Amino acid sequence: MKENQNYIINLQNIRKSFFCGRPNELEILHGISLKIVSGEFVSIVGESGSGKSTLMNIIGALDRPTAGDYYLEDRDIRNAGDEELSEIRNQKIGFVFQTYNLVARTSALANVELPMLYAGVPKKKRTARAKELLDMVDMVDRMGHRPDELSGGQKQRTAIARAMANNPSIILADEPTGALDSKTGRHIMDIFHRLHREQGKTIVLITHSGELAEETERMITLKDGEIAGERKGGALC
Amino acid sequence: MLMLENIKLAFGALRSNKMRSLLTMLGIIIGIGSVIAIMTVSSSLTASISDSFQEMGANNITVGIRQTGEEEEVRSNGMRFGTSGREVSAGEEDLITDEMIGKLQASYPEEIEAAAVSETVGNGTAQSGNVSSNISLMGVNEDYFASTQITLLAGRTVKQADLEGSRRVIMVSDKVAAALFDGDNKAALGQAANININNIAYKYYIVGVYKYEENSNFSSSSEKDITTTAYIPLTAGKEMLHSEEGCSQFTVVTAAGINSVSDFAEQVEAFFAPYYAANEDYEVAAVTMESMTESMNEMIQTAAAAIALIAGISLLVGGIGVMNIMLVSITERTREIGTRKALGAKNSSIRLQFIMESVVLCMVGGCLGILAGFLLGAAAAYILGYSATAPAGAILLAAGFSMAVGVFFGYYPANKAAKLDPIEALRYE
Repeated sequence: MKENQNYIINLQNIRKSFFCGRPNELEILHGISLKIVSGEFVSIVGESGSGKSTLMNIIGALDRPTAGDYYLEDRDIRNAGDEELSEIRNQKIGFVFQTYNLVARTSALANVELPMLYAGVPKKKRTARAKELLDMVDMVDRMGHRPDELSGGQKQRTAIARAMANNPSIILADEPTGALDSKTGRHIMDIFHRLHREQGKTIVLITHSGELAEETERMITLKDGEIAGERKGGALC
Repeated sequence: MLMLENIKLAFGALRSNKMRSLLTMLGIIIGIGSVIAIMTVSSSLTASISDSFQEMGANNITVGIRQTGEEEEVRSNGMRFGTSGREVSAGEEDLITDEMIGKLQASYPEEIEAAAVSETVGNGTAQSGNVSSNISLMGVNEDYFASTQITLLAGRTVKQADLEGSRRVIMVSDKVAAALFDGDNKAALGQAANININNIAYKYYIVGVYKYEENSNFSSSSEKDITTTAYIPLTAGKEMLHSEEGCSQFTVVTAAGINSVSDFAEQVEAFFAPYYAANEDYEVAAVTMESMTESMNEMIQTAAAAIALIAGISLLVGGIGVMNIMLVSITERTREIGTRKALGAKNSSIRLQFIMESVVLCMVGGCLGILAGFLLGAAAAYILGYSATAPAGAILLAAGFSMAVGVFFGYYPANKAAKLDPIEALRYE
């Protein structure tokens, strides 16, 4: 990793507390500093309760840190308003959830179009781009199906296509294979590797599985709200 | 752009929960439907009353005496029912005399075409041999026939000479001629008929036969017992009634060239003012058909609005139902809201989405309600014997109102959805 590269994610001494100012105030993250450069494939591993979900919410601009600075590209997340955070999530971040979180009762195509709808992309362009993305994850023949008509792997592939819709800076994947069998999970991981290799996407993978984390370029271990260890240089990539 | 998408989305949400949507809409359908049904009946009634009043003569001014002190009320309502005019016993000195009418005509020869005076004598029968026909006897002057549209089939109307001589001549409808003389109108002329009124029989000679016009609004009797009006000279009628000189009411038929009938009505009132200046109990009021129609319509509309208001309460209940179901829907879709927010939906987009859903729900319900209400109202109007008229204003208002109900009762749930914390919403099970 070159030192003078621009950081796409720059976390400095991030603290996150809940129930601030109340007797039961609870600090989950105790000062995390983390820099991720463009094009990296990073995994964050940790036991449950280690604070990885909280960290993911902050990286994903769903939540603001209590203390510390977070710059996503050049945007100051800590001091951004709700509207600005919405726009950042829409433009800069592609979410992939463990439970897929596809919008029920709408087709796979409509799901992939959704982030572009909120970005104000015209209908024709939206559909064309969504088809292109579904083609990339081999879902184009099932694009008219609704989530309840798709298998877990198909749902997650649709979700990845949706995460790519606005061509975000980073893909944030929270246990993307957690609900899948190992064969399907393997397939999903391969898609991430392909996105990383072919399109140079920055990917942050949050997982509790050390095995999956081993595949990534850089593995960050979280323990009790602090970074407990870091290993660089992935085996596979 | 987003608006259109939201409308599509809202229809999708309605379709995916058909039963629930229908039940929720039912409140709106019943609310809007009952308001529209009542409005349809009232506007049908209004239209048909306007029509029949216009038929009676738009150029006519009804001049009558009324008790003083009612002025303000009468002026604002145009016409009163029950307490004014004839029913209160007026002495001979209070009545409008022929002399006054004559002077009025002389003062406004250009404006007045005729001054029609009539007096209802009573109901009875016209009899010839063994057959009889029901009649309603009316004493009239010569000018009376200028104020109403009567088609003469044979003979003549009541003339001035008949009045002067109090002649026992009568003009009957073709129904009477049909019953008494086998429908031969010409043969009826000159024939004598026994007119039985108040158990007293009078012998009258038929001088004219007119065409009976079926009045769709107020007739319900069969052909055989139909009661038709028969006209006799006013003077003869007064003799039968043993009543005083003068009349409590007469009709001025204005000339075609007159500018404003209502303006002239005021002049007529002013003309009579000096005659009644010393009269403590009575004065003269001139009312046009226009103002009568207006006041009648006003009354119907006020009554309809009052009923519609009560019906509108069910709309409130419907609205609360919508709000309830929206709250349920939002709770069910918490994760979806969280997902949408994670994908970059702004709070305002979420709010708009759910408001549109509620508006679409109410608008669909409103449209169905308008349709159901109009059909119901039209059916009711048909049964009552009026032709149905769509209350255009009420329909527009109802459409607007159902939209307003959607916005009003959708806002709170939508705002609740918009304010959800994305993290908690995503975690919601």
